[in-house]
Amino acid sequence: MTDEKNYMQKAWWKIASVLLLIYTFTCGLLLDVPHLPALQETIRNLYFHVCMWFCMMVLFIISVINSIRFLRSFDLKYDVYARQYAVVGIVFGILGYATGAIWMSYTWADPNNPAFQSFSAVAREPKLIGAAIALLIYFAYLILRDSITDMDKRARISAVYNIFAFAMLFPTIWIVPRLLPSLHPGGESGNPALDTRDIDGRMRLVFYPAVIGWTLLGVWISTLKIRLKILKEKKMMHETL
Amino acid sequence: MKSFNHIYSLFKKDLLLEVRQQYNFYGILLYIGATIFVLYMAIEEPEPKVWNGLFWVIQLFICINAVAKSFLQESRSRMLYYYSIAGPRDFVLAKLLFNSLLMLVMSLLSLLLFSLFLTNPVQKILPFIGLVLLGGWSLSLVFTFLAAIAAKAQQNAAIMAILGFPLIIPQLLLLMQLSNAAFKPELTIPIDIVLLLIALDLMVVLLAVILFPFLWKD
Repeated sequence: MTDEKNYMQKAWWKIASVLLLIYTFTCGLLLDVPHLPALQETIRNLYFHVCMWFCMMVLFIISVINSIRFLRSFDLKYDVYARQYAVVGIVFGILGYATGAIWMSYTWADPNNPAFQSFSAVAREPKLIGAAIALLIYFAYLILRDSITDMDKRARISAVYNIFAFAMLFPTIWIVPRLLPSLHPGGESGNPALDTRDIDGRMRLVFYPAVIGWTLLGVWISTLKIRLKILKEKKMMHETL
Repeated sequence: MKSFNHIYSLFKKDLLLEVRQQYNFYGILLYIGATIFVLYMAIEEPEPKVWNGLFWVIQLFICINAVAKSFLQESRSRMLYYYSIAGPRDFVLAKLLFNSLLMLVMSLLSLLLFSLFLTNPVQKILPFIGLVLLGGWSLSLVFTFLAAIAAKAQQNAAIMAILGFPLIIPQLLLLMQLSNAAFKPELTIPIDIVLLLIALDLMVVLLAVILFPFLWKD
């Protein structure tokens, strides 16, 4: 009995994640949505596309927090955390691009031009640039981290870069949208998804649970990867000893 | 006061090294000259927009070349020596100061060569010179810190480009926008963007001072 209770305490957020995602997939596809010109039914992609970016940013923030924790304690465990959260964040970023590309091809792309030719016009888009910078930073982080063989040094240097790059990323996300015109809704006022005027009440009912569900899923995948990595490292240590 | 003395003597050491081993300085100079000459051969009279883009991208590459060796030249034993006589904060501040000076000189020289070979579309000369100095300073600060990371990772200058390019994009965008204003007489240079750039530079200095001690220890 105590085991069961303990399990519930540990796993409630995993169950919540599954339930919220089931809710997202059923209600997100079945409930009524506002019919806007150009968007029509593609507006349902909001529950998937925007959530990917939220999840990516949350995972990157967790990664930086773990880098800071590493520099405060020099416990190599946090270095593994930081790297795995960054990797899963990158995966969600790529998924965000993929869902965005599908959405774009039905709404923004010039129907007279093939998608490949309208790419350079559409890609000059502040939100795309911001996301591209974030992904480039984390790719660079992975390359830097994996290029160093010494474990302590690797952890220290990559943690320093992670913090430095992240601190530079925030002004970027704030500056770039103010320099370039955008096709995204919300324009200059900042983040369109958080602006309650922009989004219909019916959609908010699904959107906020969807964000939480996807983010929990991202964290869940990361924790699994971390456990696997730590187990592998322990095994390696035992083999060498 | 004591740390001020440390910074000053470390800065003077870098300056003296530069004066004595002049090949380095002339190397960067030749790099600037050769690059701009190639551009001159490739395009005759670029439009202001192209001039602007080319100018800042060339600044970026000059900066990587000028700054890259600042940490790579320090051997392991010499670093150990600095470790015993000065703190990491003094050391990184001295490097930032020296690279800023180096990059200011190089920016001015490249501006001179650019306007000599590729004509000069700039309408407001003095504000633009100020802008070039500010840009050179911004670039040198970011890449000095990345040079420290690259040196510690025992990597070459190529990794500096990978690490630095995504970080420098916002500053470059701001600088290009300001330069566009300097090209057209009817536009005024927005002062709030200049202040934003200075704030970003100060943030980089602050981050370098906070984070460098972690790189330094071995």
